[in-house]
Amino acid sequence: MSWLPNGTVYGALLNQRSEYEALAPHMHDAPYKAPPKAPVLYVKTANTFNPDGGTIALPARVAEVEVGATVGLVMGEQGRVRGCVLLNDVSIPHASVYRPPVKFKCLDGFLGLGTEVREVDPAAVQIEVRVNGELRETVRFDDLVRDPARLLAEVGEFMTLGEGDVLMLGCDASRPRAKVGDRIELRSAALGTVSHTLVEEAA
Amino acid sequence: MKHARVIHDGAVQRATERDGQLLLADGRQVSFDAVTWLPPLEPVPRPRTILALGLNYADHAKELAFKAPEEPLVFLKGERTLNGHRQATRRPAGVEFMHYECELTVVIGRTAKKVRRDDAWDFIAGYTVANDYAIRDYLENWYRPNLRVKNRDGATPLGPFLVDRDDVPDPMAVALKTTVNGQVTQQGNTKDMIFGIPWLIEYFSGFMTLQPGDLILTGTPDGVVDCRPGDVVVTEIEGLGALMNTISD
Repeated sequence: MSWLPNGTVYGALLNQRSEYEALAPHMHDAPYKAPPKAPVLYVKTANTFNPDGGTIALPARVAEVEVGATVGLVMGEQGRVRGCVLLNDVSIPHASVYRPPVKFKCLDGFLGLGTEVREVDPAAVQIEVRVNGELRETVRFDDLVRDPARLLAEVGEFMTLGEGDVLMLGCDASRPRAKVGDRIELRSAALGTVSHTLVEEAA
Repeated sequence: MKHARVIHDGAVQRATERDGQLLLADGRQVSFDAVTWLPPLEPVPRPRTILALGLNYADHAKELAFKAPEEPLVFLKGERTLNGHRQATRRPAGVEFMHYECELTVVIGRTAKKVRRDDAWDFIAGYTVANDYAIRDYLENWYRPNLRVKNRDGATPLGPFLVDRDDVPDPMAVALKTTVNGQVTQQGNTKDMIFGIPWLIEYFSGFMTLQPGDLILTGTPDGVVDCRPGDVVVTEIEGLGALMNTISD
């Protein structure tokens, strides 16, 4: 039986340094007007959960999606981290992060799930992203804007992450794109693999 | 029928309203103040999707100096934000502006995928009242309204009851009212929603499948004011009930 989240899955925006630096020149411009102070989070709803090996159906209006290779911290009791899981936080590309990204990130099947939770140091995790077998990027987690301990502490100042909740550590700026027919594979020595194939949504 | 979920004598029970009291699942009938109220929702097998609308009343959009949106402003909440009737919600130390938001809340009753608005009512189990507190001091222009404003523990009281869909003949024309310490501070009517319930169900189910127990908080009208520790805030919707909350520090 593959792993499924039994709590709420949160993601952290602008926590990979490359993503932060890509937006940094615009952080004082409208509509943002100032760099973010607290961690910026979003939610991946239950309809997005998509176990390893399945398909991700793209509506006809969506030409491409971004592959968001990331690590999820799976919470245990009393604010402790039970372990890490490999996740593919799929998005429809969107330039503005002013409004919550529900229509870009919460389509059915848009969160590829690793098969198991493992006790590893997230700073030691690397994820290779392959599309149709071709290596498109390698994502690391050893130079985050907020490392896991700091991210957990700063999120904990305004909300509780309870047992079963998941906090994703962020996505790289150079997220590879993929289209219908493509096979996406995330591979990590520490966390295993997650594969999905993009298909056209049935009319 | 009006359904509640309560703790009585240490046990979680379903209850229904009868003659101004609660008829418990174990057959006893008790007064409203004899129980601890939980959100009127059954547990669900996977994380509950809680959608909430911002700026969905023309008057509130005007009050906040934004033009009315062309598509809904929607954000998501985790279940830990929910709270029961007659509970307390914490105001963080040092903040200047914490306000209630009285909102008609739709509880989904059937799996909803690509539902047309004409069929939308068939997918609703019923309705309840939400008070979706916001702490405006923490607003930032990143995925706004950001979770620090809107996803705080226990800062979304829900209830008292889940009222069956067919007991609310026209949810698009019911009065909303909020009082703080007995003074009326907010009044509106769901007929002034920008995006109505059938439209919202068509829109959301067009890209995300909703499951029984999922929630849509449909936004709040004009008239939000700051609330201080000790204030008693009652958000009331015609035909659904009056949801009471106390601000704590």
